[in-house]
Amino acid sequence: MAMSDYKEIIRQYQNKSGGIIEAYNAIQKSYGYIPEDAVAAAASAFKVPKAEAYGVATFYSYLKIGPRGRNVIRICESAPCHIAGAEEVVKTLEKELGIKMGETTADGKFSLEFTECVGQCQATPVITVNRKPYEGVSAGNVAAILAEYK
Amino acid sequence: MVEEMRIVLRNLGKIDPLKIDDYINAGGYKSLQKAWGMSQMDVIQEVKNSGLRGRGGAGFNAGVKWGFSYNTPADQKYVVCNADEGEPGTYKDRIIMEKDPQSLLEGMAICGYAIGATKGFIYCRGEYPFVAELLNQAIKQAKDKGVLGDFDIEVRMGAGAYVCGEETALIESIEGHRGEPRFKPPFPGVSGLWGKPTVVNNVETFANLPSILEKGADWYKAIGAPGYPGTKVVTLTGDVANKTFFEVPTDTSIRDVVFGLGGGIPNNKKFKAVQIGGTSGGFIPEALLDTPIDFDSMGAIGATLGSGAVFVMDETRDIVDIATRIAKFFEHESCGKCTPCREGTKRMYELMVKMNNGQATAGDWALMNKLGSTMKQISLCGLGQAAPVPILTTMEHFNQEYKAKLLA
Ligand SMILES: Cc1cc2nc3c(=O)[nH]c(=O)nc-3n(C[C@H](O)[C@H](O)[C@H](O)COP(=O)(O)O)c2cc1C
Ligand code: SF4
Ligand code: FES
Repeated sequence: MAMSDYKEIIRQYQNKSGGIIEAYNAIQKSYGYIPEDAVAAAASAFKVPKAEAYGVATFYSYLKIGPRGRNVIRICESAPCHIAGAEEVVKTLEKELGIKMGETTADGKFSLEFTECVGQCQATPVITVNRKPYEGVSAGNVAAILAEYK
Repeated sequence: MVEEMRIVLRNLGKIDPLKIDDYINAGGYKSLQKAWGMSQMDVIQEVKNSGLRGRGGAGFNAGVKWGFSYNTPADQKYVVCNADEGEPGTYKDRIIMEKDPQSLLEGMAICGYAIGATKGFIYCRGEYPFVAELLNQAIKQAKDKGVLGDFDIEVRMGAGAYVCGEETALIESIEGHRGEPRFKPPFPGVSGLWGKPTVVNNVETFANLPSILEKGADWYKAIGAPGYPGTKVVTLTGDVANKTFFEVPTDTSIRDVVFGLGGGIPNNKKFKAVQIGGTSGGFIPEALLDTPIDFDSMGAIGATLGSGAVFVMDETRDIVDIATRIAKFFEHESCGKCTPCREGTKRMYELMVKMNNGQATAGDWALMNKLGSTMKQISLCGLGQAAPVPILTTMEHFNQEYKAKLLA
């Protein structure tokens, strides 16, 4: 993945009204997270107090300040996925990766997070890897999905 | 036998969503041209007469809403499409956008002409980056063809916050702020995005418009339930044979959705409950299955049509456990702006965990009822007002299951 500089990304969105969230989304897409310094840079580019730039970045569950795994795996725990066996999937992922939900692997490759419904409920349970959805996940196919990212 | 009827999904599978020529050859953009040949008032009147009501959950008459913005003088007005689709179990807006994006664009442009707006935004949930990409391509094709006239459409992305589906929180988010709902009034129709008159409608609402303009208000009004005419796209999840989407007239009964098109409960199990409208909807027991799905009929049984999500549970499901999971959802998604919801969702989740673990008393039961009715009445936005509904309706209809878990 080509990593473009967050300053360059901010510059691209700077003249868009309300573009700070677009900029954060783009930074996150490039880095996998939002670097601490990018928040301050966004504050000055969008002419808002630093506290507000932080406030925005921390309000949205998909934005995260500070490093995390290069591949973010989210497990949907909304009711339809819950009754379809999301818990089994969580257990399998934790076992395969040797980490708990909310943690990042030592090599920085994977982070595990919960999410609510991602709108792919036609085949539950559902997980996403870097926002790409995988439907009908089971203990049996977790390893194959992970292999795509190893 | 219940049958599908396709209005918003009329082009499903018949056109290539990324070939605007397919859409045009299927009659696309004729309705927008027809609208341009009418006065703005006449377009609004036609939409009003059709009886089209919002498909995003609140069920407000679309034409009436447009009228507010039309009647408010301003140098700039906006059309905003709510594609936040955050209700668990819902994916109908995604299907509409993936299968026929031009229908949405045409619907938005019709609205733009009617209220006098030259700029539209689609607020697409952060979980759908691939849909945003597709929309951007569709918009480019429409611009290159010149079919939208002077109406411009821009896609903005959310970033994972359920509350941003609430229209004023959504507006805050497009403006680049935390997605916290505003106090109403003023309503967005009068003072919305950057303080300008703004129509916010759901994807499915907009996608109905080309057909309404083409075939007329009387045609539309005659379909489905008289008070909430037209069709509804429903998405089936849970313990149901056909976990898929259907578009049905609004006078279709819940039973026909679950047991007709849905194919019933798999594995020879019995039906226990269905929750309609997503996680903020009420739970419905067997005895009420003959209710039509339209907005008002659902309201009359203490349930909602909402987003049209249909979550089916068979006899083996633990209702108290599911309600506990739902309580956690609201605790997590509360934006924290107002106290009844910020504190209430937390206490409600705590109480549900207690109930689910068999540690709750009759006193806790009474407390839950009181907390729930307070939240319904005084929370600032629909999130806090709806949060108690799944819990209170399960306590009402499935109270044996709770009682079995209460401490003696
Ligand atoms: C917490 C909350 C979440 C909502 N989520 C959505 C949503 O995801 N999509 C939507 O169209 N409307 C949603 N709504 C309803 C909107 O506030 C608004 O009524 C709707 O977008 C208006 O469009 P319509 O009249 O076409 O339905 C939500 C409301 C609340 C209170
Ligand atoms: S009801 Fe909940 S989500 Fe709505 S404004 Fe209050 S705290 Fe925020
Ligand atoms: S409920 Fe899990 S993807 Fe919708």
